[in-house]
This record gives sequence, C-alpha cells and structure tokens, in this order.
Amino acid sequence: MRNIFFMIPVILLGYSTAFAGDTIRMGTEGAYPPYNYIDDDGNLAGFEIILGNELCARANLTCEWVKNDWDSIIPNLVSGNYDTIIAGMSITAERDKVIDFTQNYMLPRPSAYVAASEDVDLSGVISAQTATLQAGYIAESGSTLIEFATPDETISAVSDGEADAVFADYDYLAPIVEASNGDLMFVGDQVVLGLGTGMGIRESDTELKAKFNQAITSMKEDGSLNKLLIEWFGEGILTY
Amino acid sequence: MIFDCSSPDQLDRLMWSLCYLSNGKHITFYYSILKVLVLLALAAPISIGLGLFLAILAKSDISPLKLLGKFIILIVRGIPDIAWFMFFVIALDQGLEWVRHITLCPDWTEPIRQGADFLVCEKAKLPGNSSSETIHEIYGFILAIVTFSIIFGAFAGNIFYGALEAVPKDQIETAEAYGLNPRQIFWRISFKQMWIYALPGLSNLWMILIKATPLLFLLGIEDIVYWARELGGAKTPRFTEYPHGDWRLWYFLFLLIFYLTLTKLSEKVLDKLTRKLTYGMGFSGENFLQRQ
Repeated sequence: MRNIFFMIPVILLGYSTAFAGDTIRMGTEGAYPPYNYIDDDGNLAGFEIILGNELCARANLTCEWVKNDWDSIIPNLVSGNYDTIIAGMSITAERDKVIDFTQNYMLPRPSAYVAASEDVDLSGVISAQTATLQAGYIAESGSTLIEFATPDETISAVSDGEADAVFADYDYLAPIVEASNGDLMFVGDQVVLGLGTGMGIRESDTELKAKFNQAITSMKEDGSLNKLLIEWFGEGILTY
Repeated sequence: MIFDCSSPDQLDRLMWSLCYLSNGKHITFYYSILKVLVLLALAAPISIGLGLFLAILAKSDISPLKLLGKFIILIVRGIPDIAWFMFFVIALDQGLEWVRHITLCPDWTEPIRQGADFLVCEKAKLPGNSSSETIHEIYGFILAIVTFSIIFGAFAGNIFYGALEAVPKDQIETAEAYGLNPRQIFWRISFKQMWIYALPGLSNLWMILIKATPLLFLLGIEDIVYWARELGGAKTPRFTEYPHGDWRLWYFLFLLIFYLTLTKLSEKVLDKLTRKLTYGMGFSGENFLQRQ
C-alpha cells in the first residue's frame, strides 16, 4: 500500500509528453448542425470540422478535436484544456474581454424566431440557448426568456408548448424548419447580431492567433472558404 | 456489420431499428454504460479503503491524527456535492499542473496566471497537448474516480467510526481480561465485529453512489446522460441517415430502467451479505431468538 502512495507522484511527475511538433486541441460543441455535430458513426462532422481541418493543414499544425459543453466552453479554453474554440461562436465585445478571436470566417448572420403557428406573440415566452447572443438579445427585448443548455432543447421547448417561440441562429433553424413538414415556421423579423463567427483563442496565445488568421486569409483569397460556405449553408449565404 | 444498413430509409421497421441501434453513435452510448459500471466498481472499494483509513485516524490516540481524521470527514461531508465537484476537480487538475510546472520548467519566467488564462509550460500539461484524446478522457475519468472516492470515502469514514464505537464494551473488556494488547483488541475484536454495524450504512452509501453516477456529466465526461440527451434529441434528415423526432423520453426511460435494475440487483446482493455477516454473531434476527 505504501508503495502505491509513493508511486502516484512518480507517475504524475515522470509522465513526459512525446513532444511531436505542435498539436493544437480544437474545442467544439458537437450539437449545432450544420456548424458542428456528431454523425451516425459517433464522429464529429459539420462545416467547422471541415474548415478547422483545412485551416490546420494550411497552418501546418496537427489538430485534435475535443468535445465540450457549450456552458463551459470558454472557461475550459482559458484554463488550457484545449487551445481554440471553433463552435459557431459569434464575435462579441463581451466575449472579447475574456478571450481573443481570429478574424471572422463567416460574416454576421441573422438570428430568427421559429414558432409552431403564424400568429404567435413574440413578447411571450421565448427559448434560447444559455450564454448565447440570442439569449442576451431576448433578455433585453422584454420577452420572457427561458434558457437551455443545448440548442436541441430550445426547439423541443417550442414543440412541447413550453415556449411560444425559439430565437436562434438562422442557419441552425433552417434545416429544422424544413424537416418539420410545416409544424414549425419562421415568424417575425430577422435580426443581425454580432460581428460574425470566428475562432476563440486565449488572449496570451498571440502566435496561434496569427497562424490561424493567416490561414483564414488564405482561404478567403483563393475562394475555398466561399465554396465551403455555399456547400454547407446554401446559395443564400453571404460570401467574402 | 452483419446487416446491410447502407440505405436505412428503404428498410422495414425491424431492420431499421436494428441498424439504428447498432450505429457508431449507439455503440458509444453502450460504451458509456460501461463507464458508469467501471466508475462504480473502482470508486466503491477505494471509498471503503479511504473510509477505513479515516476512521482509524479519527479513532487514533494521537490527537493531531485524530483531529485531522475528524476534520477531513467533517469538511467533505459538509460541502455540497455539486460545489465539491465543480471546485475540487479544477483545483486538483490545476494543482497537479502547477506542481509539474515548478518541477519540470524551473526557468520559465512568465506568470502562470495572465488575466483569465492559466498557463503552464508545454511539458507540465497533464495530459500533454500531444497525447491522444483517449488519454485525455482517461485522465478526466481518473479525476472523476478520485473525486467520487474522496466524497464517499468521507461518508464511509463516518460510518466505520460509528461502527467501531458500536462494538459492545463487554467484548473489549473480556479481551482485556484475557490479556490482549490494544492492537490485538482492535484488529481481532473491534475490526472484525464492526462490519455488521457498518453494513446498513454502507449499503445505503452504495445506493447513493449509484444514484450519484450521473454527476459524471457535470465533470464533462460523456456518460449515459450525455448520450441519452444527444441521441434522443430530434434529428433532421440532412445530418443523419436516421431522422427522428424528439425521442428523449424513451432514452431517459431506458436510463430509469437501467438505474432501477442496478438498485434492485444491489439490494439482493446486500441482503445476502447481511445474512452472511450476521451468521454466528448471536444478536441479530433468528440467531438471536434461538439463543434465547
């Protein structure tokens, strides 16, 4: 028994990492199609996974994907569990105080309301995901906000009648509305929020930020980013 | 794959279900059930070991040890589980990285905390950035086991403390009269007899441990609750071969059945164990009546 107690510090201290170049850990949520989601095989898939892999290839980095809940996605970045957030996160002044962002890889996108009927009262109960731009917007709009940890639950709240409408990113809602066979529909006006979608990076990690900025610029310049955007979000998407 | 699942929308209901329930995502779900069982299998004996250790500390004649034992038991029992889970795991992880940082990178001059960022040198990271995601998951799981073991160990410590006190005084006196020294009395009389007094408390603790396993989810470990929620959520045809509506109810119903079964099985085993431990003790149930 005593040996075991002595072994623990030895194992923990002696544990050395085979330092094989730059491995960058990429944090994502995996619950936000088409940005990022888990496919039938249980692997991460989506626009940002393809984009992230391409950016890593261009920046000459080895990347590994990490799934993390949306709630704690920023705290886990700053405490060093992974090195970037690439999870459909809008660039906002508020988040910028805690972390840094690369330049955006998507221009500011509209957020929209979805409800189960046309004549719903948008000053009633609105569901949104916790700690999102949309939740902040609803909280200030005077409607009653109910928050959920995952985007999927915000939709279920509308189907169950718990909320009158859901307020979320248009591109997330569009495939859901399309698949609902008329049960769900867009209502009210769309609102453009935020400064576009970018990768979140620790404030102290200026070198990594520069590398990704460069990679994003190169994808913007050769048109490959536009191609990818149209492939995942359709012809209506704003391109660079 | 035994079945042909290449175009699920063409399959009949039974085959569709078989294909759906055996896709990669579901395999991960089944694997997470295993995680819960492994957690139980490891956390329970470690807690008992730690509990015994704490009880012996708290019963010690040397007063600093006695105080230490009582203090640990009190602190861990007093702090709400959720606060403990939130705080302890982060503190343990950062504490380990900090120690490694100091020992492995002595020439590092930049501060570890820069604003909100927690920065240690590359070598000090635990696990290292270059380790595979599996290693990171195993590391997280070990932290979880440690956290569970400390919480349940403190409760078990209190149970053992009470159980050692409950051993009849006349037994101890008889042992003294036979000339056994304190050490012999402890190991041969108190320790052996206290189990039966500890068992009701321990079985209670085991039930609570089973119920507490979904707290893994709080620690960011993708346990059965995470996968039940993920799999149950409505899926649109664009992103899956198996679109469906909101099935969370069914997945959570499955969790309910899983936990109830586990509880029922545990009850049976614990009943047997109680009967075995009371055998020949001369004070419990039928034995007691027969002696009279």
